[in-house]
Amino acid sequence: MNSVDADLIRQSASVLAAAISEGEVSSLEVTKAHLARIAEVDERVHAFLQVTSEEALAAAELVDEKRRSGAKLGALAGVPIAVKDVLTMRGVPTTCGSKILEGWRPPYDATVVARLRAADMVILGKTNMDEFAMGSSTEHSAYGPTHNPWDLTRIPGGSGGGSAASLAAFEAPLAIGTDTGGSIRQPAALTGTVGVKPTYGGVSRYGLVALASSLDQAGPCARSVLDAALLHSVIAGHDPRDSTSINAPVPDVVAAANRGDVRGLRIGLVKELGGAGYQVGVLQRFNEAVELLQGLGAEVVEVSCPNFDYALGAYYLILPAEASSNLARFDGMRYGLRAGDDGSNSVEQVMSISREAGFGAEVKRRIMLGTYALSSGYYDAYYGQAQKVRTLITRDFNAAFDKADVLISPTAPTTAFKIGEKVDDPLAMYLNDIATIPVNLAGNCAMSLPVGLAPADGLPVGLQIMAPPMADDRLYLVGSALESALTDKWGHLLIEEVPSL
Amino acid sequence: MSTNHETVPFEEAMTRYEPIIGLEVHVELGTNSKMFCSCSTTFGAAPNTQVCPVCLGLPGSMPVLNRVAVESTIRIGLALNCDIATWCRFARKNYFYPDMPKDYQVSQYDEPLCTNGWLDVTVATDEGPQVVRVEIERVHMEEDTGKLTHAGGATGRIHGADYSLVDYNRAGIPLIEIVTKTVIGTGSLAPAVARAYVTELRDVMRALGVSDVRMEEGSLRCDANLSLNKPGEGWGTRSETKNVNSLRSVERAVHSEIERQAAVLDSGGRVIQETRHFQEDTGRSISGRSKEQAEDYRYFPEPDLVPIAPSLAWVEELRATLPEVPSVKRARLQNTWGINEFELATLVNAGAVELVEASIAAGVDPAAARKWWTGELLRVANERGVELSELPVTVAQIARVEALISDGSLNDKLARQVFEGVLAGEGDVDSVIAQRGLAVVSDDGALLAAIDEALAAQPDVAEKIRSGKIQAAGAIVGAVMKTTKGQADAAKVRALLLERLGVSE
Repeated sequence: MNSVDADLIRQSASVLAAAISEGEVSSLEVTKAHLARIAEVDERVHAFLQVTSEEALAAAELVDEKRRSGAKLGALAGVPIAVKDVLTMRGVPTTCGSKILEGWRPPYDATVVARLRAADMVILGKTNMDEFAMGSSTEHSAYGPTHNPWDLTRIPGGSGGGSAASLAAFEAPLAIGTDTGGSIRQPAALTGTVGVKPTYGGVSRYGLVALASSLDQAGPCARSVLDAALLHSVIAGHDPRDSTSINAPVPDVVAAANRGDVRGLRIGLVKELGGAGYQVGVLQRFNEAVELLQGLGAEVVEVSCPNFDYALGAYYLILPAEASSNLARFDGMRYGLRAGDDGSNSVEQVMSISREAGFGAEVKRRIMLGTYALSSGYYDAYYGQAQKVRTLITRDFNAAFDKADVLISPTAPTTAFKIGEKVDDPLAMYLNDIATIPVNLAGNCAMSLPVGLAPADGLPVGLQIMAPPMADDRLYLVGSALESALTDKWGHLLIEEVPSL
Repeated sequence: MSTNHETVPFEEAMTRYEPIIGLEVHVELGTNSKMFCSCSTTFGAAPNTQVCPVCLGLPGSMPVLNRVAVESTIRIGLALNCDIATWCRFARKNYFYPDMPKDYQVSQYDEPLCTNGWLDVTVATDEGPQVVRVEIERVHMEEDTGKLTHAGGATGRIHGADYSLVDYNRAGIPLIEIVTKTVIGTGSLAPAVARAYVTELRDVMRALGVSDVRMEEGSLRCDANLSLNKPGEGWGTRSETKNVNSLRSVERAVHSEIERQAAVLDSGGRVIQETRHFQEDTGRSISGRSKEQAEDYRYFPEPDLVPIAPSLAWVEELRATLPEVPSVKRARLQNTWGINEFELATLVNAGAVELVEASIAAGVDPAAARKWWTGELLRVANERGVELSELPVTVAQIARVEALISDGSLNDKLARQVFEGVLAGEGDVDSVIAQRGLAVVSDDGALLAAIDEALAAQPDVAEKIRSGKIQAAGAIVGAVMKTTKGQADAAKVRALLLERLGVSE
């Protein structure tokens, strides 16, 4: 092993992939190193709900065999990856962080999972999440919270806290997340990692257990912009099994990440995303990053998106409405938990008792909100109005993208908070996603990448880059340029500063 | 659950009340695959063998719309003179029930694909046939649910059953629902109009080839809505009668519901807005679910599907594929084939119209074509319990048999035996004739020998004929036919006989 550091778990996915394809290291060695790391630290981090060691080792051996036989390998062949437990994987328990799905083994692979396999990647296991992706801290998992590797007493963000924490704890070099209102980007921000929500329809939702169908989108989680781009290009692209999937070529995100250039680009600062409610240290690091971008040759302009002020309200009507319908199927009749079936209860009662026993408080809260919002007589006032706000937000984005090539904002208003701090205050929890939600409502794309540690608490701060639909490559163009400049400044990626566990 | 046995005789009820009817017809489309997945739709497969993650509604699965189902729905809409939407969506109808894999049904709600059409139907009256225009409110698409079977318990319903079984083979089969506007002013013709409408609709579906429309298998289901009001007064409360499983039942259901509601109203009572279940054996309905408190289905646009936006060009392309309207076609056939309404009805009911048409096109005489399809062949089809079109006999074979009859090689009796052989799979017409030795005996020498033999056996009959009692010839002809095992041309035998005896007619 010449070019590869002895410490395999700290390598980037691109370096690992190159080393594997050159035969400098085997996929089996890389996989074993990560499984060992998981065994060593995951009791404290709890990023994983399920570690599929045997399957991972078998997959790694297969890749090594393929390489030895001289077959052509993909850009990420042999590289291990963690998958959020909201995507189906044939024969492997998929819980979505909920008791109601305990023991369910899907008979089919999600398209994203199938594409990882087709790319010869090695799936290490399924990561922890807020129940059915409802939450911003991973505390709403029925299987206990995930801890932030930067400070184990703190949350890693959510709902994809498990995927983000697995990267920051060096348990996996890459992970898959899903983002309905910020569940990839906010955990990325809070763990000093990179996360991308692709354009809605850019990555297939087939096999992604739906929270809110019109908002959900799977995307890449990584420790660097280039790694995210490599994973993005593996999972993106049209899927005939998902009617909402876009049938058009995937933007060349890898080329953009390799180029990394903001010269002449107009970067819009969104007036409504920042200021009051944002932590001082977050704004400080954000503003420094803006200056850095200007220094790199970008033209920074201020844009206003006045309807973003209504985004949170609209989101908390549309999401629960769709979720109340999507989660109806968990009724104890066909799979998962069944309770109260002792012969004395009717079928309706068994459904009701099973749902009562199987769902957590946050899930029940949102199902009730959504059921109410869709009720006859209230539909127009709630769901109908929210859809109008959604249109207005899309228009705000369109107007802003007339003035700027990309928009930027802090990803989250604060750094990682303490476990238990906001768990009983749903509104405070919801506010975490104030800057990430507009993108989901409009269906365009965004990235979060680390821009430093907040001086007061020494915790990572994330910057969000937003681009128009199907202009995902711009995220990587800007993200890569900013990451290079920051790496030059610090001498390494921010993730290198994470305390050892 | 209460069953009201009080009724007022129909004719009497009609002296005091005016009925208003509305019909909702569900048609299972005959697509090869389901509405949102590629599972087979074949009827009668072992339970839960035609299922996949999509039609089982497994977590993460997503629907993809069947293009043929959209095409069929547009063609139905066009055949019913509807407007076709240029943009419409599916909605989710949310309710919990174990026959629903997702606990919501993907259906169309406020944006149906076809709206605002009509269908003319003909009913018989004392003054002759009368045409009634039934206006169509909408035609929309939805997915079927699974099929529940309740074991044990007294009612055969889910409540009180020991256990229930679900077969999801039916889940996701494409259904279309055709809803009429309220049909008013039909008076005592209402039951006949309802029947004529469903019959005509069935014929339209059959002509379009979009469904096998078999009421007994549930591929065409009818719900009949009915209310009564006194002349000049406002509309009454309606009931909805389900489980109407034959054309005859459609008529009977409306008829009996008029008698029932009239009794309720006569006694000063109030008709309850409810679902009723028609009972084939009694011809009456029993009360089902009350609809007084409307269920809240929390409809909203289905976010997993994209809108349907048929282009004008596509719609016109489909319009060009429409078959002749069945009622127009029937008038034309009656005219060209020179048959009366009753004879045509026989052909329609036998499902023989297209087969007769095809036979005529193949050169068969119209009368002969009708005779074969509604006679011998229909008898065999009924015996085997299959549709006429499913019989292993082709119009080319019928044409061949007819040609052999007209050149004297076959007679009617032999022809029946030829079909028997063809239907038994013995081969083509000529090989059946060869194998069974069915050719008509046309050798004069052989026939004369048989005639002489018969005359010798019955000298008294021979004498009668010679003395001019020509009607006695039948006995000799019969004997000859018997000797030749029916393989002779009876007319020819008769002519040879008379010539032999030197008498003329």
